[in-house]
Amino acid sequence: MAHDSLYTAPPSGAGVETEREGGRFAALRRALGSWDAAVVAALVVAVLLASASVQNFATGRNAQFLLLDLVPLALLALPMTLIVITGEIDLSVASMVGLSSTLMGQMWLSSGLSLELICVLVVLLGGVLGAVNGVFITGFGLPSLAVTIGTLALYRGLSFVVLGDQAVADFPPSWTAAAVRNLPGASIPAAVVPVLLLAVVFGVVLHATPVGRALYAMGNNDQAATFAGVSVARTKFWLFVVSGAVCGLVGVFWTLRYASARGDNATGLELTVVTAVLLGGVSIFGGRGGLLGVVGGVLLLGVLRNALQLADVDANALTIVTGTLLIASVVLPNAVANLRARLHRRRQRAHLTAS
Amino acid sequence: MSRTDTGASERVADHPPSGPGRPRRGLTERLLAVRELSLLIALAALILVTTMRNDRFLSAQSIKDLLLGCAILVILAVGQTLVIVTRNVDLSIGSILGLVAFATGELFLAAPGTPWPVALLVGVALGGLCGVVNGGLIAVAKVPALVITLGTLYAFRGIDYYWAAGRQINAADMPRSFLRLGNQTVLGVPVLFLVALVVVAAAGFYLRSYRSGRELYAIGSEPAAARLSGIPVGRRVFAVFAANGALAGLAGVLYAARFGTLDAAAGAGLELQVVAAAVVGGVAIFGGSGSVYGAALGAVLLTTIGSSLAVLRIDPFWQQAVVGALILAAIGLDRLLALRTAARLRGGSAHGA
Amino acid sequence: MSPDTDGTQTSPLLVLDDITKSFGAVAALRGVHLALHRGAAHALVGENGAGKSTLVKVLAGAHAPDSGRMTLDGQPLVLRGPADARAAGIAVIYQEPTLFPDLSVAENIFMGRQPLRGARRIDSRAMNRATERLFARLGVRIDPTRPARGLSIADQQLVEIAKALSFDARVLVMDEPTAALSGVEVERLFGVARSLCERGAAVLFISHRFDEVFDLCQRITVMRDGAWVSSDPAADLTVDEVVRRMVGRDVSSLYPKQDTTLRDTLLDVRGLSRAGVFSDVSFTVHGGEIVALAGLVGAGRSEVARAIFGVDRYDAGQVRVAGRVLRPGNPRKAIAAGMALVPEDRRQQGLVMELSVERNATLARRRALSRLGLLLGGAERAEARCWTRRLQVKTSRLAAPVATLSGGNQQKVVLAKWLATEPRILIIDEPTRGIDVGTKAEVHRLLSELAGAGLAILMISSELPEVLGMADRVLVMHEGRVVRELPRAEADETSVMFAATGQGAAA
Repeated sequence: MAHDSLYTAPPSGAGVETEREGGRFAALRRALGSWDAAVVAALVVAVLLASASVQNFATGRNAQFLLLDLVPLALLALPMTLIVITGEIDLSVASMVGLSSTLMGQMWLSSGLSLELICVLVVLLGGVLGAVNGVFITGFGLPSLAVTIGTLALYRGLSFVVLGDQAVADFPPSWTAAAVRNLPGASIPAAVVPVLLLAVVFGVVLHATPVGRALYAMGNNDQAATFAGVSVARTKFWLFVVSGAVCGLVGVFWTLRYASARGDNATGLELTVVTAVLLGGVSIFGGRGGLLGVVGGVLLLGVLRNALQLADVDANALTIVTGTLLIASVVLPNAVANLRARLHRRRQRAHLTAS
Repeated sequence: MSRTDTGASERVADHPPSGPGRPRRGLTERLLAVRELSLLIALAALILVTTMRNDRFLSAQSIKDLLLGCAILVILAVGQTLVIVTRNVDLSIGSILGLVAFATGELFLAAPGTPWPVALLVGVALGGLCGVVNGGLIAVAKVPALVITLGTLYAFRGIDYYWAAGRQINAADMPRSFLRLGNQTVLGVPVLFLVALVVVAAAGFYLRSYRSGRELYAIGSEPAAARLSGIPVGRRVFAVFAANGALAGLAGVLYAARFGTLDAAAGAGLELQVVAAAVVGGVAIFGGSGSVYGAALGAVLLTTIGSSLAVLRIDPFWQQAVVGALILAAIGLDRLLALRTAARLRGGSAHGA
Repeated sequence: MSPDTDGTQTSPLLVLDDITKSFGAVAALRGVHLALHRGAAHALVGENGAGKSTLVKVLAGAHAPDSGRMTLDGQPLVLRGPADARAAGIAVIYQEPTLFPDLSVAENIFMGRQPLRGARRIDSRAMNRATERLFARLGVRIDPTRPARGLSIADQQLVEIAKALSFDARVLVMDEPTAALSGVEVERLFGVARSLCERGAAVLFISHRFDEVFDLCQRITVMRDGAWVSSDPAADLTVDEVVRRMVGRDVSSLYPKQDTTLRDTLLDVRGLSRAGVFSDVSFTVHGGEIVALAGLVGAGRSEVARAIFGVDRYDAGQVRVAGRVLRPGNPRKAIAAGMALVPEDRRQQGLVMELSVERNATLARRRALSRLGLLLGGAERAEARCWTRRLQVKTSRLAAPVATLSGGNQQKVVLAKWLATEPRILIIDEPTRGIDVGTKAEVHRLLSELAGAGLAILMISSELPEVLGMADRVLVMHEGRVVRELPRAEADETSVMFAATGQGAAA
């Protein structure tokens, strides 16, 4: 019950007290809002620490590998951010990457089309795969969690159906080399450029367009968004299509980068993508988070894993880091907020009994 | 989560007639019965078709393999059902299974004379501990289980890898009495499957006949109402995660007994199969309805599809695709049935008042 | 009636003394007193937002009071949760039924208290039989084994009542239980409440319907703005006196609708039907006119508004805006045609509580404010500042989440959001629900001004004084149909209530 205190003066002492508490809460909320800043700061600290203490970390060659490894994760995290902000999730991304990769391999093997055309077709087919998700979720009104667990299995299965356990590897060397080539005069892979461009596009759409406003609104409260004239279902449908198309793009990159189209490409990557997005400060409930934080989250994840790997930690054991980061990123803000609220209540009670 | 509201709007719009002429059995109950029946029919049809193509599919050995193959999945599906019914999900069970399986091997390496019941208890306890970690984090942080268990999926698996450090434990490292547990049969039925049956029966009985079991459904059906009616929601959810962890631990020990060869990757990716089994078995992904019998049948069906594809000489690569299609079909069918029921109830209201 | 009509002979069963409760900076309860006596029904009345529901939640153990004392039978009572309240014999029937849709009706009634047999197993046959007995006492027939999903609101309410009956409550709290019930069902409910009283239970009854309050209750407590105003025997009070205490000033001065000249028909609704919700709804609204849609909660008024605006679809009929047919099921088209809907549920439908004042105020204008598809350069801020100033929204910052505002200011933000779209037709559902008296007057003045400026206004309201004071015409809905149309001169409390309860149609 929201009682209106505007026109009735609150008892003086309590009024001041609550006012100050309100200020403190606002500060906390602002601090949480700038989770972006926290992630970026953590990233800087991680880079500095790793450069100082891990051999071979601060070398051009390592930077190149680090960035190349992060390209798929970064690309997939972009549409995932938007989807999670609307309160949905897409767990089928890695399977769509795998299926795109094998489709590309199969087309290269048997269709005789030019590689340029194949790449375009693969991206479009990725969009179609995403549209299937979108139809199930927005058309039939099914929960995205269940639907994309289903298509996770379906698409991965189909990607094995397309190529079996074979691998297609005879892509033209000029193409596979282009995927890992550096920018002229720098030890930064050229593939980073399109990733940055896409990140800017997604960032602008999310933070400075009517569509972005609608995404936040529907993620917080889809009823209120509908009442404000947002076409919730249609917007979500297109988000899943975009997610699929980006997966197609990643499929192309993955295939060329490793010069191999295989059914098990990118297996399990979906969970890493979700981790990066949540680590970047996007709320799994939807409605909160930003793209800068997610980019920071992707880089933080990549830097930590890379540094520990260089420090001779078993690559698989590194998942401890991923998991702990994820848990910490959701537990800490909530635990702090709960603690504050409890302290606030206690102080208020003490105040009331005193007065 | 914002995607759970479809039921609410339907409920408001519905004005069914109440009173005479209503069927005696509850609607949900009937649908559930239908779901379990339809799963059985699908299973029977699958076995029939496969047997017609190759009659060895129904040989004693092949049935034994099938039952052995699905036992672990059935146990995990039962645990997952407990969790999903409360409108939560546990993605970490594959990692818990792997961790416990490896721990069991390590236990026998360290103390070769350990009797197998002790190993079993240790495994269940370790799994339960992992579940307690999950439940505790969820209770403290008030964050969706999906996120927490995604984190522990990584963390538990990482611990497993760190511990194993690339080593493998072989059947030779484990006592024969323990390994026999994995392959022994009683009257042609594998012990493993009997264990799974006991788990299913116990969980099914508990969910149906005990107050706290019914409260799990209440929590998943309408968490706010559950709180208002005095159900200790936090404690129940915590207990459910602990129980699911313990069941994953049990599955881990059985996994060690069955396969003998253990590395840190055991059970990777199993969590999605388990969720799939539950969903195919009619457990609503957003809580409140579904039975462990359905989930168990779902697990059996998924396993059978795998083996029959091989027998039918269909490319085994189709298996995963079929599983995916089955999940989509199952949730799509549920939705369709729900919509039709709602439409019928709404249509009745015009003359109901 | 009960022998202790003024309730002073016996010591009270349940006493609330000086209860306070705040949510953040908002004081919902300030020093509330209440004494419930055995065998007596006690009414709690007050405007929306007066703190009644908060008090109910305190009694139910769902909210812990910040300070104050409760005693039950002379013993101090501390409720740590709903389970404690239930153990103390306090049963609560909420405004909105709180059932488990997936579980059977019988389980809903006995959740956590199911009858047991050997080995602490649930005896479901005994449970179903007990449920049948409860329903028999209530004189209704509901299958105990059917799931709660799909029950009508009235039937859900009956299940709640059966639940309260089932544990022989010593204190029965009913928070507007009759809103969705028909006359017969209300009589039945009152029969149950009286029989509980005869057995020595105390009843707390919250309602907006004064005829029911005076019919059932022996004492009446009035609350206003979270504070206790008075408690008196019902026999000493009149409806007018109660209303005066609720509002805190004279009623007539509140509703300043000016007479205006009517302009062209802007909204024309013809034969609108949606199966099971409303049927054959036809009416027009002219520019400069305020038309009120009156009726009981559940009569289908909000549903009609939602269908007109396109949030819901309809099965038959047509909506015309200034002569042009509006495409059904598309709020965006409705907005483009110059329509605005201020929905009844501010928190769920009107606002995105977590977003800032600025974002909320400009949400419906986000496309119009963008240049080349981009929202840059503070266009939203300027717009939001302009409208929040015009409506005098009190907020520290435009970037503050709208959840931190008071109810009245939240409602102003919703109004700002829609007035910014410069609508020709304003549909406003419960314009003053849950806001304080001062803001209420402001909203009414604003509506009057808007009508004067030529807007067509369709107002849905459950508060009769508001309807009678503001509307040029009153349409009364009952069970999904428009049963009466009353011009301002003919509309009074009796004629509207008569039609709203379905008696007008018969007469």
